[in-house]
Amino acid sequence: MTLRTRTFAPARSRFLRGPAFSRRLHWIYLAFGLAFLAFVAAMALLEHLGLPRTWIGFLFLVGPIVFYAGIGILSRTTDPTEYYVAGRRVPAFYNGMATGADWMSAASFIGMAGTLYLSGYGGLAYILGWTGGFCLVALLIAPYLRKFGQYTIPDFLAARYDGNLVRVLAAVAAIACSFLYVVAQIYGVGLITSRLTGVAFEVGVFFGLGGILVCSFLGGMRAVTWTQVAQYIVLLVAYLVPVAWLSIRQHATPVPQATYGYQLQKVIASEKRLQADPAEQRVIAIFQARADAEQARLDDIAAALAAERSVATRRIAELKAANAPQGDIQAAERELARLPRDADAARDEWTRARDADRERAQPLAGMPPHAQQFAGDPRGDAAARRAFDESRRNFIALVFCLMVGTASLPHVLTRFYTTSSVAQARASVGWSLLFIALLYLTAPALAVLVKVEVFDALVGTRFDQLPAWINNWAHVDGSLLQVSDVNGDGVLQLGEIKIGGDIVVLATPEIAGLPYVISGLVAAGGLAAALSTADGLLLTIANALSHDLWFRIVDPKASATRRVTVSKVLLLMVALGAAYVTAQKPGDILLLVSAAFSIAASAFFPVLVLGVFWKRANRWGAAAGMVGGLGLTLYYTLVNQPGVRELLGITSPVQLWWGIQPIAAGLFGVPVGFALLVVVSLLTPPPSRAAREMVDDVRLP
Amino acid sequence: MPTSESAANPSRAARARHWRRTQRLTAALLLAWFVVGFVVTWFARDLAFPFFGWPFSFWVAAQGGIVVFVALIAVYARRMARNDRLLADEMHAADVPDPRR
Repeated sequence: MTLRTRTFAPARSRFLRGPAFSRRLHWIYLAFGLAFLAFVAAMALLEHLGLPRTWIGFLFLVGPIVFYAGIGILSRTTDPTEYYVAGRRVPAFYNGMATGADWMSAASFIGMAGTLYLSGYGGLAYILGWTGGFCLVALLIAPYLRKFGQYTIPDFLAARYDGNLVRVLAAVAAIACSFLYVVAQIYGVGLITSRLTGVAFEVGVFFGLGGILVCSFLGGMRAVTWTQVAQYIVLLVAYLVPVAWLSIRQHATPVPQATYGYQLQKVIASEKRLQADPAEQRVIAIFQARADAEQARLDDIAAALAAERSVATRRIAELKAANAPQGDIQAAERELARLPRDADAARDEWTRARDADRERAQPLAGMPPHAQQFAGDPRGDAAARRAFDESRRNFIALVFCLMVGTASLPHVLTRFYTTSSVAQARASVGWSLLFIALLYLTAPALAVLVKVEVFDALVGTRFDQLPAWINNWAHVDGSLLQVSDVNGDGVLQLGEIKIGGDIVVLATPEIAGLPYVISGLVAAGGLAAALSTADGLLLTIANALSHDLWFRIVDPKASATRRVTVSKVLLLMVALGAAYVTAQKPGDILLLVSAAFSIAASAFFPVLVLGVFWKRANRWGAAAGMVGGLGLTLYYTLVNQPGVRELLGITSPVQLWWGIQPIAAGLFGVPVGFALLVVVSLLTPPPSRAAREMVDDVRLP
Repeated sequence: MPTSESAANPSRAARARHWRRTQRLTAALLLAWFVVGFVVTWFARDLAFPFFGWPFSFWVAAQGGIVVFVALIAVYARRMARNDRLLADEMHAADVPDPRR
């Protein structure tokens, strides 16, 4: 292998491999963990001494980032093997932690418990899908990648499928899905930063960018690996502490993961009580009446609009005639100006209002019963049966896409190049899933605990006695929490709370009655989750550009140092580009993330798996499989997306195939990719001798 | 590029056996993965009997599945380590150098 270069003098290498290296790492990260706890304790002391909250928030942002930057600076390197794959000496245990942090994004940390809170069993598709995917990584991909032992996923595919056609396709697909994903991470960073310190969102984005770059810019994969381990420790502590506390407060064990089944029973009982509650039914009836009124306006838009205009105009005239105060007249004029400009604008606005009211006119504030598997009823009437079938089909399809997508995300797979052997790669997938499981077992428990709190303690409280956290959060951001006394009885009903999923994690410390310092800790954890994932993603994009497209195709004679330099420059450019896109606040962040999974699944899974398990697969089959699978997935996602349909002016009714939602588009892309790969391979000549020998080689340990 | 030494026949047979064992293990574990991830999920509505407070299928999706997935990967890592040792022994018996680097 010409690409491998010696990095360390033999005298030092003894400390950089094997058990001695692991022992040294244990000490380092034990010290880091203790230092971090000391930091939290110091913050708690400062809060007790009266340091203002903004300062504590600020210190919680800056403190950990200084830690990470220190690791990044200590790990700086210009050596390709260090820069691309951390010197291939990361022990399985630590690669597991790093993969855990790499994998768990802002969506996992902040969004998941919220999704589970809002959709109950339906949200478990994410838990099941995102963990089951690691079985595919372990059984079908990681050991073979490690045996191949180069730098990127396109490297592997190019060697297996004879050349640069597949390399370019793979690099482009890797860049596309990683870029979608990184935008979502940087968005998360900006959100947390701006919320914690009160700076503008755009400033928060670029501040977070600095945090990302100090880790990845100087030391590449080497620095990213060791900061990710530290970030894993931070995010795990930040997630588990408030949940354990909340559980103790509800007179349960400090390990709610093991016992929340009984809290779930409470939730189920409360759901029955709330559904039968007359006050709740009144709230629902009020929202239904509002939705009906919106519908009536929509039935004859022109007349309704004209009527509203004339009412508003007459009111202004009356006020003027009665010599009313100037303020009242101005308010009435603003009212008139706020009316929709024309019939189209009116249709949009009123449709949105109608849908929002209809959504809130559902039992249990639109949430399905928490433990109910799938919507509808298999033994009910035709509509209920269809609802059940479609809901079940979509659940399974989503699980499938998330699993296969997990096993195809380039930034996660690259991590398995960094272990010291094939056996270590296999073990490290196990460690990864174990470390991820610690958080994923907790999220469903947290959702149930918060639901107990809301159903049993919050609902039924008088409006003048609401706990402080309600007002705090309603004040911070109306999209996260809104309460209003809809039926005017002075008591809070479940139907009167409008809740955004993200608040479940963010407000847990306050719900549990913990000091503000724990809120800072949670924000630091969310930031660690977003930064670690963004690091891995940016590195993947920059490496696909510099290593696969520039070095392998444009300038193969570039020296090792020059390659690393080019990669760093590209990393900076990609990071700035991603931050710029993020600062535009593209809508539907969750959609971006889910799209990345289906794209990765249909582009990479068939070629990676058949590349190892079917020797006859050749470059033409691989190219056809990637293009066909990816093309179908993109087509299905785009053409069924309301935003995109509007953009392209598509007016034909949405045509879902077997009722499958576009979020699970990979369900079609992946099998089509497999089929095309097989058929086209069989129609074209077999792969070269070198490719067949490579397959034999990666199959050996 | 990974190199491939031109192998003598006994070593080739040993490698083929190693690969067959790998395939069998992979297939068996994938079957278990499929049953837990998809079959149990498909019948989730029917498998809702109480299980320490949770409906069983809820528990499987929230916890049991994850535990089984971790176990599957652990079993794979251990069995494959044994498979690799077996290959090394067979290669040794056939008097060819250990292919592991």
